[in-house]
Amino acid sequence: MSVVSGIVFWVLAVVAIAAGVAVFRVDSMARATYALAASFVAVGLTLLLLDLQFLGVVTVLMMVMEMAVMAIYMIMFMGMNPALMPMSMVHGKRAALAVSIGTFGVLAAGALLVPWPTRRGAPAADLVESLGEAVMHSKMLVMMTVSPVLFATIVAALVLALPRSRYDRLGDDLRGPDRR
Amino acid sequence: MTVVQVSAAWVPVAAALLLAAATAAASLDGALAARASGRPAAQGLALPAAETARLFRQRRRAPVAADTLLGGVGVAGLLVAALLMVAVVPFGRWTVADLSVGVAWFNAMDVLVWAAVWLTGWGPNSVHALVGGYRFLATALSYELPLMFALTAPAVAAGSLRLGDVVAAQQDLWFVVWMPVAFVVFCAAVVAFSVAGPFSAAVGSVTAGGVLAEAAGVDRWLAATGRYALLSAGSAFGATAFLGGGHGPLLPAWLWLLVKTGALLTGLVVLRRRLPVLRPERLAAPAWLVVLPLVLLQLLAVSIVVVVRG
Amino acid sequence: MTLQTVLLVAAALISVGLYGAISQQVVVMVMMGLELMLNGVVLAAAAFWWFLSPAPDGQVLLLVVLTAMTVEMAMGFAVATLLHRARQTDMTDMATDLSR
Repeated sequence: MSVVSGIVFWVLAVVAIAAGVAVFRVDSMARATYALAASFVAVGLTLLLLDLQFLGVVTVLMMVMEMAVMAIYMIMFMGMNPALMPMSMVHGKRAALAVSIGTFGVLAAGALLVPWPTRRGAPAADLVESLGEAVMHSKMLVMMTVSPVLFATIVAALVLALPRSRYDRLGDDLRGPDRR
Repeated sequence: MTVVQVSAAWVPVAAALLLAAATAAASLDGALAARASGRPAAQGLALPAAETARLFRQRRRAPVAADTLLGGVGVAGLLVAALLMVAVVPFGRWTVADLSVGVAWFNAMDVLVWAAVWLTGWGPNSVHALVGGYRFLATALSYELPLMFALTAPAVAAGSLRLGDVVAAQQDLWFVVWMPVAFVVFCAAVVAFSVAGPFSAAVGSVTAGGVLAEAAGVDRWLAATGRYALLSAGSAFGATAFLGGGHGPLLPAWLWLLVKTGALLTGLVVLRRRLPVLRPERLAAPAWLVVLPLVLLQLLAVSIVVVVRG
Repeated sequence: MTLQTVLLVAAALISVGLYGAISQQVVVMVMMGLELMLNGVVLAAAAFWWFLSPAPDGQVLLLVVLTAMTVEMAMGFAVATLLHRARQTDMTDMATDLSR
């Protein structure tokens, strides 16, 4: 099965990188958003190949949801219709290309030349159960710290983004527009 | 009972079963619609065949500057999401894909519906379709979190995300008996992600058909089939996770699953005709302020029972 | 599918994302570039986990990285909405009225 998984990995890798490049080259905002979604789904499926089943499925879930909502923001800010119009709003394109190619060179050299250590330990028999144990048992404090961070994010994002608060919608006593 | 994963050659059989269930749901819907408008019910039973014949002959609409790639992905995505959803449901002793994260996979596939419906609305370059797509996302933001927590309840009770284990844990008592809130929320969410019934603002007549305003021909057939297939796949999953799956006295396990899926599907089709369409903005406050805490309390109750049981 | 090949793919994703983050003029496109970079980081972290030390604790780190990505996107879009509203650009297209 290793040959099949190798081929699947290369297909997913090509899809992920091609979709990533397509984000900045397609002609419509919705296509850019969903190209990014395709790239994320390819990475999520690669995580499935690496035996990170729960994380792979959760990545696909979160990223598709996020891209669906991001598409609304794209259209809200840029106001484009589904017609395909050439859009390339860049500054300093050649410098950015040079920096990104240079970064790829450095990272690839690092990936290929660093003498990585050998594998320590073997994956648990039931990876999902061992992840559940880790999250709920030894790493529970980490999860409990993450939770108020997420709640603060929700509150802060809503406060920043809402144009009108509850008091504007419902009046000062929060009982609705016209109550006598 | 342990679940055995069958080879990929059985995938067309699973797809055919799903389409048969979707056709049955559409027939029942047609019969109910016929009776509601005064005609005999038998006339409505032939609705799937009649609509298929009509739509396959109809010409597809090509609005000006439509994004046909994304629109095509959208309409096909509904049916694909339903097929992927039902791939993890254990059909008696067999399943197409015995994923160790089956419950999370179902959740991920119902999020694909978000993208599919919005793309269906975006593709035709039409205002009404786009408004329908936005309305669907507004509805989805309300039902998704309660659905996620309602899906967690059977997983906690079974101690595993694998659907075979969820079925096996219902050997003595179906989950619907001691987690009714989760079951009700799950059923509501199934109706919602099939863009049906009280949550069908996205395809409502207020917006001239919503996301289906410009869909014609094969596109419309794919979208309609996809919606009924999503309802069927959700019912199959509900029968597995809440109604005990294949457990039952006389009949073989796969037949029990079909019976339970059929019962749940019938209930959902009948119920969705009886409830009025809810506006998405009126759904948000009750969903986040009432339903979500209720589901969390249900999850707490389930967790306490699991811990006490040992 | 060795550690080096997966890291190469992750490096490519990070570089493409970096190009987007540096060169794009629109705020949301910059954020898409950042998302691509985090995509590459998640893939690289998963590769390190699988090939070097597949203990459950590593998966918890990946969960935290995913959470950080979500927090970044949520705050980024909230700030972008606020900036867009404050600048009072007059886009006459109907869909942009959402931001008023």
